[in-house]
Amino acid sequence: MKQFISFVIKEAKHILRDKRTMLILFGMPVVMMLLFGFAITNDVRNVHTVVVTSQMDHLTRTAVERLAASEYFTIVKTVPTPKDAEWMIRSQKADLAIVFAQDFASKKSGAQFIVDGSDPNMAQQWTTYAQQVVANPNVSLISQKLLYNPRMKSAYNFVPAIMGMLLLLICAMMTSVSIVREKERGTMEVLLVSPIKPLMIIVAKVVPYLLLALAILAVILLMSATVLNVPLQGGLGWILVVSLIYILLALSLGLLISNIAHTQFVALLVSAMVLLLPTVMLSGMLFPVESMPTILQWISAIIPPRYYIQAMRKLMIMGVGIQEVWQEVVILIGMTSLLLVVSLKKFKTRL
Amino acid sequence: MIKYLLQKEFLQIRRNSFMPKIIFIFPIMVMCVMPWVMNQEVKNIRVDVVDIDHTSHSQQLVHQIEASNYFIFNGQKATYQEAMKDIETSKADIILEIRDGKYLIAANAVNGTKGSIGSAYLSQIVSGRSALPLGLSKNLSPLTSHLSPLVLYNKLQSYKVFMIPALMGILMMMLCGFLPALNIVGEKEKGTIEQINVTPVSKWSFILAKLIPYWIIGLVVLTLCLVLSWLVYGITCQGPLWLVYLLAILLALFFSSFGLIVSNYSDTMQQAMLVMWFFVVCLMLLSGLFTPVRSMPDWAYLTTYINPMHYFADAIRTVFVRGGGLQAIAHQVLALFCIAFAMAVWAVQSYKKNS
Repeated sequence: MKQFISFVIKEAKHILRDKRTMLILFGMPVVMMLLFGFAITNDVRNVHTVVVTSQMDHLTRTAVERLAASEYFTIVKTVPTPKDAEWMIRSQKADLAIVFAQDFASKKSGAQFIVDGSDPNMAQQWTTYAQQVVANPNVSLISQKLLYNPRMKSAYNFVPAIMGMLLLLICAMMTSVSIVREKERGTMEVLLVSPIKPLMIIVAKVVPYLLLALAILAVILLMSATVLNVPLQGGLGWILVVSLIYILLALSLGLLISNIAHTQFVALLVSAMVLLLPTVMLSGMLFPVESMPTILQWISAIIPPRYYIQAMRKLMIMGVGIQEVWQEVVILIGMTSLLLVVSLKKFKTRL
Repeated sequence: MIKYLLQKEFLQIRRNSFMPKIIFIFPIMVMCVMPWVMNQEVKNIRVDVVDIDHTSHSQQLVHQIEASNYFIFNGQKATYQEAMKDIETSKADIILEIRDGKYLIAANAVNGTKGSIGSAYLSQIVSGRSALPLGLSKNLSPLTSHLSPLVLYNKLQSYKVFMIPALMGILMMMLCGFLPALNIVGEKEKGTIEQINVTPVSKWSFILAKLIPYWIIGLVVLTLCLVLSWLVYGITCQGPLWLVYLLAILLALFFSSFGLIVSNYSDTMQQAMLVMWFFVVCLMLLSGLFTPVRSMPDWAYLTTYINPMHYFADAIRTVFVRGGGLQAIAHQVLALFCIAFAMAVWAVQSYKKNS
């Protein structure tokens, strides 16, 4: 046991000594959280709007004033013809144009929204918002309710995703690189001939990264609760349990990579290409899985972060109990045990 | 002199087993797979209907929901609580409740875009129904029926049109930014840069010889992208093609100078990689390639004034998607040129032959 602890201490010293890597390890979550939490938003806000009208009658003016007063639209200019408006949209000076017909006031004809469709979702949202603002239906038959995220903050969606990405990155990449580095430098041999069991060496390597991952998890959760105001609806206990399963999964992935790779460069490349890219692209982090072609949906079914992110969205944001996420948890446990068994089987005690 | 240096660079690229693959296979992969993945289209939204009224027109509504491309009808539920259960287990995304002739649309908005767009689509379907002669339509604002949207440029509302110009930018950034930086730091690590430093090769010809191959590669890859987007997706450039190349060259100038600066200040490949990666991610996320810049908070919006990727994203979309000419993007071209020029001066200044 004493030997084991001294191995853990040795490994922790390795990590702590590399100041620059430590800075990046803790700086990255903070910067990512700030960027995704504040800057990367799909909110409808400050949409530059051109008004196209030949005469400003009373009704047109009220409609325009209503638009200008709303927090979503900024009126940049009033132009006489739709052609001018189109030119402004094309040169990016405006996103949306509202064309009022000559006899708008007499309600014989209406208004037309000309919208820059290059970003399809935003185009859709801008017109919906503009329609609502201009039409201003006092009595509506249809009421809409946005559950869990009434202010539609993007951070709610991104925080669980960032957790899924960073934990995988730190646990899998750092562990595999640190083990392969020992192999590359030849120090692994020295460790293997020492009286401690080979399995213990690996466990001792993994423990500091486990602690590091937990520390980073704490940083992320603290930041999301205090700075980003993302509520932790579900119980903290279950969030931690599911995260722990996921961390174990990532660590066993790291072990597996370290068994396959012989040089640091290959380990880095494998973690970046095989882990990071699919995680960002296919896990539903940025792009919803159900909009992908079927083949890609199948591929995404074997990507562990997908289940973790799903589970975290449910536990953290929707605040449901553990019984609603048992499917994801079972899949994660299954994947973890599979990876653990495979990586331990493949672990060679002789180089 | 520079001719021989260029020859050396090309030989080194060709001899490396890894480089030619990354230069040609990577862009092809990116262009063939990414546009399918980078799709934020809202579709396959699962709807639960809770019909307290039990009227016949709720049946028609269900048919319309089933017929629409956006929705999958998940089932009728007896109570709102039962439907809520479906939302909690992620079996459904939206609940439509019909009670006393009124409609309530409750959407799971954890993904805000999906929730709001889904409920907007659903309310369009529902209000289309109420417009039928059921004696309900008079309650709706008379204006609503007079407001018609017209979508410009991207008539099919396809995400591929939106993402392909962005992918071109990302590829240019990878090829012209990362590769030269790694190349120069690689020479530093191996110590071969010392040997070049003691030759009479001037600073300028050394830097140019390092960068020109990647500019050429970048432009070849850009051409490849344009051809692929035409062959695979049928998407062609709407504006003048030479403007796309002009923008790409300016972006390449910026990123290669940036790569050079990073490599001048770092000693190992790993360091250079991490620093580049950090800045590139920030530049990319804050550029409006994926999300509209005007939605950002003010402090983040201010950074877009010095973000070359932002000018590039705006300009290339104006040319490629909106079909604008030089006049429409003059401002962006000028800004991009100034930033790239400033970076190039800094890059050349920071390169020292004697260490």
